[in-house]
Amino acid sequence: MKITRRTFLKISGATAAGTVIGGLGFDLSPAEVYAQQLRIKGAKETATICCFCSVGCGIIVSTDAKGKVINSEGDPDHPISEGSLCAKGASSYQIAVNSNRLQRVRYRAPYSDTWKEVSWKWALNKIAANIKKTRDASFMEKNAEGKVVNRTNGIASVGSAAMDNEECWLYQKFLRSLGLNYIEHQARI
Amino acid sequence: MTNQYNDFRNADVILNMGGNVAENHPVSFKWIQTAKDKGAIFIHVDPRFTRTSSKADMFVRLRSGSDIAFLGGMVKYILDNKLYDEFYIKNYTNISLIVNPKYGFNDGLFSGYDPSKRAYDRSTWAYEMDEQGIPMRDMTLQDPRCVFQLLKKQYSRYTPEKVTEITGTPMDDLLRVYKAYSSTGTPNKAGTCLYAMGWTQHTVGVQNIRAMCIIQLLLGNMGIAGGGVNALRGESNVQGSTDHGLLFHILPGYLPAPRAQWETLADYNKTTPASKDSRSLNWWKNRPKYIVSFLKSMYGEKATKENDFGYAWLPKLDPTQDASWLVLFDEMYKGKFPGFFAWGMNPACSSANAGKVRMALAKLDWMVNVNLFDNETGSFWEGPGMDPKKIKTEVFQLPCAASMEKEGSISNSGRLMQWRYKASNPPGEARPDGDIMYELFKKVRVLYEKEKGAYPDPVLNLKWDYETNGHFDVHKVAKEINGYFVEDISEHPVDKKAYKKGPLVPSFVYLLDDGHTSCGSWIYSASYTEAGNMAARRKKTDPTGLGLYPEWAWCWPVNRRIIYNRASVDLEGNPRNPNKPLMKWDAADKKWVGDVPDGPQPPMGTNGIYPFIMKPDGLGSIFGPGLIDGPFPEHYEPLECPIEKNLMSSQRINPVIRVFEGGPDTFLTCDPRYPFVCSTYRVTEHWQTGVLTRWLPWLIEAEPQIFCEMSLELAKLKGIKNGDKVTVETSRGKIWAVAIVTSRLKPFNIAGNTVHQIGLPWHFGWIHPKDGGDSANLLTPTIGDPNTMIPESKAFMANVSKLAQQPAKKKS
Repeated sequence: MKITRRTFLKISGATAAGTVIGGLGFDLSPAEVYAQQLRIKGAKETATICCFCSVGCGIIVSTDAKGKVINSEGDPDHPISEGSLCAKGASSYQIAVNSNRLQRVRYRAPYSDTWKEVSWKWALNKIAANIKKTRDASFMEKNAEGKVVNRTNGIASVGSAAMDNEECWLYQKFLRSLGLNYIEHQARI
Repeated sequence: MTNQYNDFRNADVILNMGGNVAENHPVSFKWIQTAKDKGAIFIHVDPRFTRTSSKADMFVRLRSGSDIAFLGGMVKYILDNKLYDEFYIKNYTNISLIVNPKYGFNDGLFSGYDPSKRAYDRSTWAYEMDEQGIPMRDMTLQDPRCVFQLLKKQYSRYTPEKVTEITGTPMDDLLRVYKAYSSTGTPNKAGTCLYAMGWTQHTVGVQNIRAMCIIQLLLGNMGIAGGGVNALRGESNVQGSTDHGLLFHILPGYLPAPRAQWETLADYNKTTPASKDSRSLNWWKNRPKYIVSFLKSMYGEKATKENDFGYAWLPKLDPTQDASWLVLFDEMYKGKFPGFFAWGMNPACSSANAGKVRMALAKLDWMVNVNLFDNETGSFWEGPGMDPKKIKTEVFQLPCAASMEKEGSISNSGRLMQWRYKASNPPGEARPDGDIMYELFKKVRVLYEKEKGAYPDPVLNLKWDYETNGHFDVHKVAKEINGYFVEDISEHPVDKKAYKKGPLVPSFVYLLDDGHTSCGSWIYSASYTEAGNMAARRKKTDPTGLGLYPEWAWCWPVNRRIIYNRASVDLEGNPRNPNKPLMKWDAADKKWVGDVPDGPQPPMGTNGIYPFIMKPDGLGSIFGPGLIDGPFPEHYEPLECPIEKNLMSSQRINPVIRVFEGGPDTFLTCDPRYPFVCSTYRVTEHWQTGVLTRWLPWLIEAEPQIFCEMSLELAKLKGIKNGDKVTVETSRGKIWAVAIVTSRLKPFNIAGNTVHQIGLPWHFGWIHPKDGGDSANLLTPTIGDPNTMIPESKAFMANVSKLAQQPAKKKS
């Protein structure tokens, strides 16, 4: 990322100084600026766009030397959000740092009452085999009127507005190559 | 969105209707505030007083599901008081066009209705053509069959008295809004409207928006700074996912999905929109270039002129097949699909009639569920009322990367495509969605290579070469979407220059229908060119002073920030509002200055073109023959409604909606067991089904449980106190919620009867938190708008009652 340390730190430090003097009667501004700097000292900043609503607010994610997310905050340079974030956008940090995140591939066998952790290789091989089996069994070359339709009637997909543009395009390519017509997502509901 | 979020600041009057912008798009509100600070009037029209209403100059109530009556009354007000922009409607809209003499409207039905099919034969919803095949016009607007006169006739019935009876809006409030909004019918004023699911989630959803489009055209508010019809979409990239064709009926770039009756590419191309009017640019005439370039992006060198560029390899729908969401889950419920992907979605909570969806998931053989967190869809088999031992569905739950853990772009509601960078690695073994699908397809292909199988051609011939050093490379897909020259071109028809095979195309203007170019999605062409990744730009130059920031990221199409912008100038190309000039024709240099124009042609007065270039006739559609439920919006009641009779006509409900019946699909209207109008909605602290936000500690602490809002009057009637646990029930399902008794809701007077309205958020689900409640979509009906099939989640009938068993109160 090409964002350099920018002047907004100085500006926010100065603003903080003004309010602090007003409130307490003595100058805490050096401590405020120091605290601001500590939070992101040695951190790398990365620009992103909020993942929630469609306003497209700018967010700066800070990571430490080990690549761990340590902070997220509004991007003051962004022309729509100008540094502001709502409650959701301001919580973006907790998406990255969250012990509830799914971290392993899970498999639930037919009639089972538990999840089992499995490897990516095993899961992807088995999903690919399922796709082929269902596609082969449900593929229709011609419809009842004898017109060529070349479609897979037995698989449907929903998703996803949560993906990036490139992933959305790639996903439709993947699904249409398999012959799916039942392709839907959030935009319909 | 025709305009931009930060363009709200350029408006003089802002109408938020069918939405709650302060709550659901909070940061955009700063631009409404900026407009207000400059004197703009902000109007909120909604069934409920919300965070948005608290900031509005005018807040006006209406009953959920009565928006067309409200807006139809505004059309009448504008016409009666001649508040329309006469120059604009005569020159830029179809108001003067003459309609077929057989077109008619009587008692709620337009001409051509067939009750046995619940459908219209739309052949009479057409213009009269002259010998050249160009629509006939009467610029005096006196012809009784011109659009202007038909419009007048249609809305003459929408008197303030009638509108008040239907909407429950006091007449003074109606007239205040009409007066304020229609003050923007002069060139020096801009009015904008902001809407969301409050307009779309109705059985008249598209016509709600059409009604506003008619108003915006009458007032000359389309194509100008501070104007437009602006959908505040709900998801960060739902614009992009729609643009890229993740819907049954469209390929990327809004190309129609192929159907069985179009057997060859030539058949498909015969459906290309045509115009015989030389003054209509009819941009869609270029569609054959876009479909061929799309096929080249799909199949690469395997797509040749000889094999119709692989057109046969694309799946085809049956001639009138609807494979949309509600139909998809209806088919799944009937056991038609062995396999299912719920990829970045949680339909067990997000779908209307979610109870039916949960039962449908049990009919699958296998499901792939990709998400950041566990969710009610992937784990449906252990949900309420499910017995895992009886459920066969095999489930694969794949952990994916969050947005800051990968690189790629998203498009906001203003079509602004912004690049995101990777900040950190995903946790554990989670992977980016792109990597997952890239690897998965490779495995499927290997199986087809080894074992053959049913019609392997589209699998084997797919171009799937988006990797660098053995890893998925998102930039290669971004470039594929932009498009390449894939053959040498000795003399390009556009600029007579030669182009070598290999480089990225500069824009869709360079795309060809002969296989010499490829392009994944024509509307995104120009986003990633030989000059670089346009979506990654961060320059904040503002040459117009309007806040368009043309070098911040990139906007489709061709970086045009406000679409239909040719309607902002007069016939000579001078801005009609000199105070907010969007663009201007430089006669000396023979070019436009300002926003990227909708076509480089000179202004209309000097042999130029009509401004609405995506319409075959080039004109803004006040008469809209393209929809299946009527060329003018007409008020119908929701499928479930509180009154026996539509006060406007004998047709109670939209005559062409598809009614799903049987099994879990039930409806009860005017039934004393379900007497209250109910809506679902959102809060700032949560997002959609809560699939992300319920897992974020800061947010779940702020909004921990499902609630049901109701008026003081209704609470008294039902013996409910603020904080009581209540049951909310429809004929589909029943959930508990915490009662919020509030003056934010008030009973309506509908044609002399008291009608109560309640509402609840749909962010919750049984999986987490444990005492948060379940999805409000367990209540909503399987019924959709006939044009879009978006479900009617904003107006249905429910009951609310106090739970006999109240949780023990904490001692203070």
